Amino acid sequence: MAAQPHSWATKAGIGWGALVFWLFMATLPLIGFVWDDPSFDYWMFMGQSMLIYAIAVLGLNLLTGFNGQISLGHGAFFALGAYIAAILMNDAGWPYWATLPAAAVVCFGAGFLFGFPALKLEGHYLALATFSLAIAVPQLLKHKAITHWTGGVSGLVLEKPDPPFGVPLSPDQFLYYFCLGVAALLFWAAFNLLRGRTGLGLMAIRDHAMAAATMGIDTALYKTIAFGISALFTGVAGALSAITVAYVAPDSFTLQLSVYFLVGLVVGGLSSLPGCIIGGVFLVLVQNTAQSISNWAKGTFALAYDVPPWAIYGVVLLLLMYLLPTGVAGGITRLRVWVARRLAPPVPRASEPAVIQRQTTEAD
Amino acid sequence: MEFFIQQIAAGLTSGAIYACVALGLVMIFVSTDHINFAQGEMAMFSTYLAWALIQAGIPYWVAFGLTIVFSFFGGLLIQRVILKPLETAPVLSLVVCFIALLSIFNAIAGMVWSYTVKQFPSPFPAGSMIAGGLVSQHQIGVVAVTMIMLGILTVFFRYTTLGLAMRAAAQNPASARLMGVRVSWMLALGWGLAASIGAVAGMLVAPIVFLDPGMMAGILIYGFAAALVGGIGNPGGAVAGGFIVGVLENLVGTYLIGNELKLTLALILVVCVLTLKPAGLFGRVTVKRV
Amino acid sequence: MPNITRRATILGASTLALAPLARPAIAEAKKYGPGVTDTEIKIGNTVPYSGNASAYGQVGRAHSAYFRMINDQGGVNGRKINYISLDDGYSPPKTVELARQLVERDQVLFLFATLGTAPNTAIHKYMNQRKVPHLFVSTGASKWGDPKHYPWTMGFAPDYHTEGYIYAQHALKNVPNPKIAILRQNDDMGVDYLDGFMEGIKSGLGPDGEKKIAQIATYEVTDPTVDSQMLQLKNTGANVFFNITTPKFAAQAIKKAAEIGWKPAHYLVNVAASIGVVIKPAGYENAQGIITALYQKDVTDPFWESYPDYRAWREWMAKYQPTANPMESANATGYIQAFTLMQVLKQCGDELTRENIMRQAANLKDLEVPMLVPGIRLNTSPTNFYPLRSVHPARLEGEHWKLFGELMTKAE
Repeated sequence: MAAQPHSWATKAGIGWGALVFWLFMATLPLIGFVWDDPSFDYWMFMGQSMLIYAIAVLGLNLLTGFNGQISLGHGAFFALGAYIAAILMNDAGWPYWATLPAAAVVCFGAGFLFGFPALKLEGHYLALATFSLAIAVPQLLKHKAITHWTGGVSGLVLEKPDPPFGVPLSPDQFLYYFCLGVAALLFWAAFNLLRGRTGLGLMAIRDHAMAAATMGIDTALYKTIAFGISALFTGVAGALSAITVAYVAPDSFTLQLSVYFLVGLVVGGLSSLPGCIIGGVFLVLVQNTAQSISNWAKGTFALAYDVPPWAIYGVVLLLLMYLLPTGVAGGITRLRVWVARRLAPPVPRASEPAVIQRQTTEAD
Repeated sequence: MEFFIQQIAAGLTSGAIYACVALGLVMIFVSTDHINFAQGEMAMFSTYLAWALIQAGIPYWVAFGLTIVFSFFGGLLIQRVILKPLETAPVLSLVVCFIALLSIFNAIAGMVWSYTVKQFPSPFPAGSMIAGGLVSQHQIGVVAVTMIMLGILTVFFRYTTLGLAMRAAAQNPASARLMGVRVSWMLALGWGLAASIGAVAGMLVAPIVFLDPGMMAGILIYGFAAALVGGIGNPGGAVAGGFIVGVLENLVGTYLIGNELKLTLALILVVCVLTLKPAGLFGRVTVKRV
Repeated sequence: MPNITRRATILGASTLALAPLARPAIAEAKKYGPGVTDTEIKIGNTVPYSGNASAYGQVGRAHSAYFRMINDQGGVNGRKINYISLDDGYSPPKTVELARQLVERDQVLFLFATLGTAPNTAIHKYMNQRKVPHLFVSTGASKWGDPKHYPWTMGFAPDYHTEGYIYAQHALKNVPNPKIAILRQNDDMGVDYLDGFMEGIKSGLGPDGEKKIAQIATYEVTDPTVDSQMLQLKNTGANVFFNITTPKFAAQAIKKAAEIGWKPAHYLVNVAASIGVVIKPAGYENAQGIITALYQKDVTDPFWESYPDYRAWREWMAKYQPTANPMESANATGYIQAFTLMQVLKQCGDELTRENIMRQAANLKDLEVPMLVPGIRLNTSPTNFYPLRSVHPARLEGEHWKLFGELMTKAE
């Protein structure tokens, strides 16, 4: 897997772009006080979904993008987080915010445990093992032994939380801020993790596991921790989704969900934190777009059939693999580099041509 | 005791289905070193083509043959057009590609032929051979055809030059090129053959499970388990693996954990085999050089 | 609750905006809710058009085709139907998102025939909190007719629970020393039918009735075959078989039962009772004597061809859904639902508010709907939110379902 320039990951301070982004996101709910449209709460809900998917994709990215372990089964961890949150709220009466740390801990444990057998698996085989996990999960959730807690096939209906007393926000605005806070926290944590030794270790393992091992990195430990942390992030996203959708059922967590996360990751950009946000936004918006494209195609080409949205996703995925394998974020980086080169061509220094050669290839 | 034998017989018959699908998976793996997640959907799509031909009035065996030919070229085309540009891409890109193909085939089949369950004819006479109706003639036919395919493949890979060239191209493309093997075309050929095998598997399976776009979805995971258990590089192993998985699934489901955990069993099988004995029961261990 | 202030402001503002439209009682009251104009009524719907459950998506297309016919005929009371049907892929979180989109962004008047138990459960509370009609939900689950707690949600089809109950009663009455084996799909439909059946058994035999159940075998939709389960069930020596499956597995089960020589009293759920899609592939000779309960005319059974409503349905299919598969029962289900909705809209006249929609939906008296089995009428009232409560038992004789006995109606 090709390494990408991570200047934002090695900078000493927090990237200004990131700060601007989060501040911008924090101002969006305030629009509701000046724009009195009935659809505003709906947009807040969409914003929550985007943040939740962004966190889930971030979890997957930590494992696949930064550590090179392919997972087609992250829907399982999302489901685990969602059900932990739902059961704690439903059965044990926990407040919604307390379920997040619980989901985080349990999912970390589950991911860490799955990481052990995953140690021996690479590439296709790991994809296959995680694929099987994703397929097995819905049936597991319906098992009669745990129906008492999980609600079985009918799932669990939850109460959507209200804003705390005195806060002049609608429930959706408040939940948006809640999701935003959690997302900002998790992205900041990921950023720090990747900047530090753990992150570099993970990326070294991704780029050349054998070399990393010879450098003294405990690959087994790092890889299982990567699985655990990745599951933690995606599990917290699942818990948030249980809170915002206020309903969990086995039907919500099929193989398709895992495929969605993979699609979001690939579209947003592997090993790119901003890419996770792009992926999250893409996932939420794309279904509506696929429907529109389908309608447009049917009309324009006078087709007898509705073009199915999954066919459109498939084609989009394929096109991305050829044209933008590093995703939208990667494409933006390449664009930035291309623009930078156009604006400031390097002045060739006769004494050290080799250095300049290295510079231009690194920037690819 | 009789019930036990019945469950084993039922396991063998579903095992034959898994063996058939596993053969196609092994084919792709042996010729391209990839695991094709879209194998099931491609097989299903080919079966729909066969169904359409039969509906148009074409006799069964002619449709059967035509479908095999279409599928062969279809597989070839997929490798040439879609996969070749990604030859040097990282594994994840390929996995994404396969998932994309899976989605596209499934969606298009549903769009063109709808999701209503259809009947697919069987070339074998109806009725059962073994007393008690345990095993129908068709199911025995499935086993027979699978064995024949296995035989052809084994002979092909071991005793023909082309088969040898294909194996070489998959295992060591650089050296194979030096020997004059046109590696790219070997990969394409592998895909073509795998698509044909998949078509046969689909056409054999459809009379039993009925034809609908979701037909292969459940079978695929057991097919993977079967291929892994038997050794993913080994066609004979895959067939044996299919029977083993079928019987195991039935016995464990009946006596041990109930029918509600069969998929979990498949998951555990896959994970255990991959971690404990990745070469499967009959496969050969490969050592990677640094 | 702290959030009332903001909502009240919005509601207040919109009421003010609507004020000019609410004419005084002298002239005809033309009252419009959201999504209604003099020429259009906007209706929302979610069904799975993609994913594992896409087979059910056909009902949405049937609705669209029906509304196209209505619009071609001039619409309802001069207004055309703008039917927005979105794909939720049978994923409850997606259903929530789309329901909110339709209600809050697209401002539809109501949601109609949303499909699936889990998807509908996900939006159940929301629709009632928002006071948006959640009409004629497309699921057989039995919890949708609860006007006291959920006054904005109304079911439609005879529910699975009732059907199961009816089969249990019939078995107890007609099979001496019943020993019961059950095959059920591992989903909400399977659970619902089973609950109804068990209730029927217990009401006939008391709580000990459960002992009559020899085994309940489950399967997943992803399972290739149910052969193993069928063998297990036969092995129990049961003489009653309750077959809770969807078409593909029903056909497999019927075929397998015949192959292994198991001939119990066989009860097949309505969901899988299609002649063309289940009985024929399984083999007519294998399916003789199977009992089911019908409320909708089986579109694959030529027996109905002499009935004018069936012929009208066929003409509609030919004109408005020429490429659709005429063997799919969804095309009749959608037709029936859409017809009923037209009746509700007609009754509303020019008062097209959400409240009046619910009032009229709860005011359907003895409605004769095309494509229903003869004798079945549709009835609703403010205390009865189950429009269709009757099913007619039928037995497979020869190549058709022969109705026998009387219409069985769920008590109110």
